[in-house]
Formats: sequence, structure tokens, C-alpha cells
Amino acid sequence: MRPLAGFLLRRLIGGVPALLIVAVGVFLLLDRAGGDAVDAWLVSIGGGDARMAAALRAEYGLDQSVFSRLTFMLGRLVQGDFGWSFALNRPIGPAIMERLPNTLQLMGAATGISFLIGSALGLIAGRRPGSWTDRLLSGGSLLLYSVPSFWLGLALSVIFAVRLRWFPVSGIETIASGKTGLDRAADVAWHLVLPVAALGMIYLALFLRVMRSGMVEAWGQDYALAARARGVPDRRVALNHAARNALVPLVTMLGLQAGAMLGGSVVIESVFGIPGFGRLAQEAVAGRDAPLLLAVVLVSALMVTLANILTDLAYGALDPRVGSGGRDAA
Amino acid sequence: MLREILRRPEAWIGGGLLLILLLVAACAPLLAPGDPLAIVGRPLIRPFANADFPLGTDRLGRDLLAGLIHGARASAAVGLAAAAVAMLLGATVGSAAGFAGGWIDEAMMRVVEAFQIVPGFLLALAFVSALGPSLWTVVLAIALGAWTGPARLVRSRVLSLREADFVAAARVMGMRSGEIALRLVMPLALPPVLAISATIVAGAVLTEAALSFLGLGDPNAVTWGRMIAEGRNQLRSAAYLSMIPGAALALTVVAVYLLGEAVTEVLARKRRA
Repeated sequence: MRPLAGFLLRRLIGGVPALLIVAVGVFLLLDRAGGDAVDAWLVSIGGGDARMAAALRAEYGLDQSVFSRLTFMLGRLVQGDFGWSFALNRPIGPAIMERLPNTLQLMGAATGISFLIGSALGLIAGRRPGSWTDRLLSGGSLLLYSVPSFWLGLALSVIFAVRLRWFPVSGIETIASGKTGLDRAADVAWHLVLPVAALGMIYLALFLRVMRSGMVEAWGQDYALAARARGVPDRRVALNHAARNALVPLVTMLGLQAGAMLGGSVVIESVFGIPGFGRLAQEAVAGRDAPLLLAVVLVSALMVTLANILTDLAYGALDPRVGSGGRDAA
Repeated sequence: MLREILRRPEAWIGGGLLLILLLVAACAPLLAPGDPLAIVGRPLIRPFANADFPLGTDRLGRDLLAGLIHGARASAAVGLAAAAVAMLLGATVGSAAGFAGGWIDEAMMRVVEAFQIVPGFLLALAFVSALGPSLWTVVLAIALGAWTGPARLVRSRVLSLREADFVAAARVMGMRSGEIALRLVMPLALPPVLAISATIVAGAVLTEAALSFLGLGDPNAVTWGRMIAEGRNQLRSAAYLSMIPGAALALTVVAVYLLGEAVTEVLARKRRA
């Protein structure tokens, strides 16, 4: 257990410089924006005079120099305080914690299902490269991989929510249903079917392709040839030898895609009206709320860092040569 | 090598589709003269119902086909420009880090890492919202989320090529390091970037569409993403308004991937040979 704790600590500390660069970079970028939260707020209430704007800026500290605001922001972040959101008119930290579970459910379900189905189909396609099954699956996956997820979401919602009425059009659960426990979980799951399908489909296609090429490569290796020469049945060579090795690049891909999936959930949450973390980004943009947008970007960066660490741990578990120290992300 | 690529059917299909797209984009003012945002007919004409508007009209009476034709310009221009900027930036930073080594390399790689842990789409969202939507901010925003792949690829190639025997031999022969870098190392370090260029172009096209879907595209241009977003309001009654531009988008991306697959396959075969 000791080396594992050391590894986690080392990786977390190693991630700090990059997170710091993100914080400073995004802060300076958003500082360049024309118009601040006070402008946006004044517009939303129908206007106000210059004295009121100046007073508000002084109250929120927006009249300070860039450097003093930057150091103040960093000092606050170190204490785990994300500050105040103008757009939501409440502290940012609790708002993010409230939205995050919805997005994590969406992403978790999409990852799990696309990983299972994608790798299974990839295994089938890669068992006999060049066969008709393989061509059908590979071609289909290329097509799926090219479909924009937000458009797929709209198409699914036209077919299954508007026409067939099998699933709800939007939301994360039935409003004021009073459901609790398992009933509520089932309700949420029912609402998530279409968003998960829209978000996960592209990753299903991706995992299929990676698994397939991994299988194809594994078939050409000496150990697979040796196993077949010993008379091990094809099915066992495929499952025990080829698939195990083909899983390694798949796990790498899983970690690499965490960020892309987080970005994709922004659009999917907008299409399906899910009050999630991704939608916060959009609300921050609409409300010119720089602190909120900065917090969303930073939390995403932190989540991607954690996903990378988890990937390396899984990598070590799959490939004994890597050892408990994990692969150094070079 | 071009001949080998052209022998593959996926190159024909992908390349053909892309050629049509580029032609349509280039000739948009000829194919659909006038402003594609102009109101030209009755609103909500269904596709194939009226010969003047083969794909129908939207809720304001704008020609869907004209929008589609002009939208091809935005997709093609932004997709290609963003990918070009990303590859150029990535190759520059990657080779600089690889050649410099030491703490410069270390610092540059930290910056690459910082860009990698931020979801590209969120970065693009923040960038466009800070600098305002225009063709060039959208191009830069997309490139900022895509340059790290090429950068890491080129850096690792430069690092391994630097230690190659033929580079040591050239140094012994008295070749200057600038010349070694430009004439020996770079020609071998850059081709792998070509292999991932299709993924970058396709990603750029999709990101542009997603940005304009959220209303963050160039406000003066017709884009497919914006058409999908506008059609969303009539999803129940006139789903074709969203479905047709989306299909065009998917077709474009498929074409890019098909062509890319042919190139990658030929490059991989060359490496094996």
C-alpha cells in the first residue's frame, strides 16, 4: 500500500504546475474580455448610471489592478474557495458541487456502456480481420465516429422522445415527482438513456476501432502464433491472449478521452436540458461570469488530471511489466 | 506515394466527397447567388415539395439549400485553417522543445500538459467568449485545443532522431547544428504529423459546428452548426431543418476520415517495408 500512496502523492504534486499555468492563463485570457459581469448585470436589469457601475466594481474588487486580482484569486483558490458567481448570485463552490453529480452520472454511464459494448464489438471484429463481420463493424463505427454528438442527440430525441414518446425530451428527473430511493434512481436513469446514448456513441465507435486494431496486431505476435501452434482453441487465444493485450491501448484511450468527453457533455447537457456541470460553462459565458468560467475550467482540469492518474493505475494492473510505480506520462 | 494512396477505394470515396465539398464552398456565390440569409420564399416549405427550393425553407422563408452551400464555406475554411494553425504551432513548439532540451524543454512540456488537461471544447468556449466571435477567433480557439498532439509527436521524433547515428556522423563531418536540424532531422520528424492531420481536421470541423450550435460561431456567416441550432426550435414540426445540415456535417467528417485512413495505411505500410 505504501508505494501506491507515494505514487498518488507524487503524481498529484506533479500535476500542480500545469494546474497553476491553467489558472493564470485562463484568468489573463478572461481578463481580456470586453465588458465584465457588472456590465452584463446592468444590461439584465435594464441599465444603470456610471456611478452605480463604479460602486459595484469597487464592491466586487473589479477596479483593482490585474496583478492584485490575480494574486487574490490564487490565494483564495489555495484555500479551496472559488469565489462568488455574479450570474448565479451565490458562491461558486457549492453550485459546482450541486451540478457535478449529474454530469458524473452522465459521463460515467456513457463511459461504462461504450467501453463494454465497444470493446466487445471490437473483439468480435478483430477476431477475423477482413471478414464481412469485421467490415460491417469497422464501416459502421467510422460512420458513428463522424456524427456530431449534439446532432445525434437531436435525432435521437426526435425519434424516441417526440415521435415514439418512449423517453422524456429533457431534464434529469421528473420535476416535483416526490419519488425517493430506487424509484427516483429509475426515473433519473430513464431520463439519461438518450443523453448517454448521444454522448457515448462516438466513444463506442472509438473503443471499437482501438480494440479491433489491438486485436489485429496481437494476432500477428509470436505468443498468439505459439498458442495456436500448441493447439489452443482460437476462442481462448482471442480472449486470454489477444484481448488482454489489446485492452492496454484501450485503457490509455479511456484516460485520454476523459477531457474530450467532458467537453462533449457541455453540448449534450444543453441539448437535453440537463442541469449539469457542462451547462454551467455555458451559463457562465452567457452571463459574462469570468470567475464561474474560470472555476469550471479549473475543476475540469483537475478532473482530467485525476482521470490520468487512475488510467496509469489501471495500466499498471493490466500490464505487470509496468509495476506499481505506474507509467511515467512522458 | 500518391499513386499508392489513390489505389485505395476509401481514398477515392473520401477524396471525391471532399473535392465536391471544396468545389461547392469555392463556388458558393455562383451556385447560390445572393445573401443566403435573405428571405426568399414562403416559410417552412418541405424538402422536395417546391422546385425553386429543393431542400425547402426555414421558419423565416430562407432557402435551406443556399444555407447548406454557403455553410460549406465556413466548415471547410475553419476546419482547414484551424488544423493548419494547430499543426504549425505544434510542430514549432515540439521541435523547439526537442532541440533545446534541458529546462526549456521541461518548461515547454509543462505548458503542453496544461493545455492537455483542459478540455479542448471548454478552452475554445472560454477563448471565443473572451475575445468575441469572429472567423479568426474561432480558428484560433479550435487550434488551441488541438496543437498539443502534433507538438508531442514532433518532440518525441526530434528527441530520438537527435541521437541517431547519421546525425552524429553529420556532426563529425562538420555540419552546423542549424543545418542538421533543418535538412536531416525535420524532414523525418514531420511526416508522422501528416498521419494525424485527418483526425485534427475532422475534430476542427466538429468543434466549429458545436461552437456555432451554442451560438459562439462567426455571427455574420451561415454555418451548419447554426442552422442545426435554429432548426431546433421546429424539431417537432420540421425536423428536416436540423437533420439536413447535420447529415452534411457527418458526411464531411466521414470523407475526411476515409481519406485519412488511406493515407495512414499507406504510411504505415511504408514504415514496415
